[in-house]
Amino acid sequence: MPPDLWTLYALMLKSRLFEEAVAKLWHDGLISGEMHLGTGEEAIIAGVVANLREGDAMALDHRGTAALLMRGVDPVLVARELLGYPDGLCGGMGGHMHLFSKEYLAASSGIVGAEGPAAAGFALAAQYLRPGSVAIAFFGDGAMNQGMLMESMNLASVWNLPVFFVCKDDGWAITTKSVEVTGGGLNERAQGLGVATVEVDGRDVSAVWEAAHIAIERARSGQGPTFLHAHCVHFEGHLLGFPMVRIADHPLREMPGIAIPLTLSILRPGGAPLRDRLAGLRTVVASVLSTMRDPRRDSANDPVARVRATLESVPVRLHELEDQSQKEIDHVFASALMEVPS
Amino acid sequence: MRSMLFTQAIDDALAQAMADNPRIILFGEDIPLLRRNLLVRFGPGRVRGTPISESAFLGAGVAAAMAGLRPVVEMYMVDFLGVCADALLNHASKIEAFSGGKWTAPVVVRVPCGGGYGDGGQHEQSLWGWLAHIPGLTVLVPSTPADGGGLMLAALQHDGPVIFLEHKLLSETWLEFLGSGARSTVQYDVPADGAKGPVPQNWEPVPIGKAFLRRAGGDVTIVSVGVGVHRALEAAQALETEGISVGVLDLRTVSPLDNAAVREVVALTGRLLVVDEDYEGFGLSGELSAVVLEAGISCKYARVCTQTTIPYARQLEDQTLPSKLRICAGVRQLMQ
Repeated sequence: MPPDLWTLYALMLKSRLFEEAVAKLWHDGLISGEMHLGTGEEAIIAGVVANLREGDAMALDHRGTAALLMRGVDPVLVARELLGYPDGLCGGMGGHMHLFSKEYLAASSGIVGAEGPAAAGFALAAQYLRPGSVAIAFFGDGAMNQGMLMESMNLASVWNLPVFFVCKDDGWAITTKSVEVTGGGLNERAQGLGVATVEVDGRDVSAVWEAAHIAIERARSGQGPTFLHAHCVHFEGHLLGFPMVRIADHPLREMPGIAIPLTLSILRPGGAPLRDRLAGLRTVVASVLSTMRDPRRDSANDPVARVRATLESVPVRLHELEDQSQKEIDHVFASALMEVPS
Repeated sequence: MRSMLFTQAIDDALAQAMADNPRIILFGEDIPLLRRNLLVRFGPGRVRGTPISESAFLGAGVAAAMAGLRPVVEMYMVDFLGVCADALLNHASKIEAFSGGKWTAPVVVRVPCGGGYGDGGQHEQSLWGWLAHIPGLTVLVPSTPADGGGLMLAALQHDGPVIFLEHKLLSETWLEFLGSGARSTVQYDVPADGAKGPVPQNWEPVPIGKAFLRRAGGDVTIVSVGVGVHRALEAAQALETEGISVGVLDLRTVSPLDNAAVREVVALTGRLLVVDEDYEGFGLSGELSAVVLEAGISCKYARVCTQTTIPYARQLEDQTLPSKLRICAGVRQLMQ
């Protein structure tokens, strides 16, 4: 029996509001270093996590906040971890790329593709200690070129491990278009390793939920791993302050800093003939233009807005839910920012 | 005299070498964007992006070097060498020995390293001691723009594998990409003389394995590398007011170590403080004590290093990485 859309929307909204608040803290300088948000992939995370139960494990990538929140980890603890406080989820030691919850068997890694071996190991432990439990690996399309992930799919296949490999495909490997660095098809790769595959629109939470439900039940009943290929967009690009998104948002401000050294370099004597230089320039220009036309900039790709549109027929309930969610998140951050340790 | 930023200087020297030597090619993750200025001058044939497949492209770089190219292989961070350590540990470093000295792999592996901007323990390691532990690898850690460019040129002329470590706190581009994200709301303790400085009109190689005395001092010798050099210089300046004369030796190359220079300065002061952003145990700091002891030099010894996994929280991180405060305390301890 699938959960109703309201439940899934509530999960997605909680994550979205939380991460929007995180983005503000980051812009205000209260969070240092990199910040990879999961905004844009909420339908994938919600559709999968809503199928989990006690004893299931999650191997998370560098954007694991959404999955942890939806799984039920205390959002105040996550917020205080991102702020680097000693009473954060990981004592301020991990930060957003290294979030761990032993209670929920959830482990993050900032190493691309490391979710594969981790999920295989969690699934192996499940076979011995928690029969009927599964392990999820969340990763991006960039990770599909990482050897250890491919090896893990093979291992899961030959050991019949209860792993659900979830590929959140946004078409980008950091600043490089995946199609430019990826040979063949992702589904065919998984199939070639003996892993069942299913492809869905990752902006559609119902579609993800149903695909995940079938795959996870398969794994629970000992029928082995499945690869989910789910398409989505990341509104912020790879990380907050992402150079390509900055260019798209503020071309006049950002372009001189890029164009001037570029022009000086292309005019310098020594190096390639003009034809090759122009080919290089075309690559750079194409990259900038593709950012301008990026589907990341199209709100029609927002999974939260998409599910919301289907719930608008019941406006009173919708607004109640949204007000309640906003209040909860406001409360979370009010609590998280209180008692700042000296 | 020109003045350049740290990464700008390294790229400039690399460009000079690429213009002179068509066998130098450059590849790594996101390189078309990160090295776009080189891309438009040398073309997509010599400046190319890779999939996130470190084992494949670093291993390929090693073999391409054996077969006559001069690849510069870049990776986002030295931490990620963990994914593809085999290419260095079991291959690049072994070729010359295994071939009886008849074959080498002159690959340059250019990787950002180091912390101080809140990225946590999986993205801020130094690891030069870990790499230098392997015989057959040359490990370079420049601390100024001039040394950055000069050592890059030397690396490109060296007949063997070189790991070129580019500290992110000194690099204008890496610190913006990974630290500030172009925000004005965060500040980092960037050593000014390391981030920007005078560079020669035409690049000449800075010799590999040659340390440089940044500051002469008669009471205590600090030996360091990378950002640690600048922290040591700040500490030396502060200690001057206490009447303590501190010298600072910048190793510049971790492997091979400039044993002669270390012994010479430590023999003069009789007090050695090692400042090392890399891990304390089984690393550069211990190695330097052996260098001194093996020469029969008796000296007082202390070290200021990173002892644990680097915390994410900025405040904890500052306490973990070598700081001016800890260095001053280390010097005073040696003076007691």
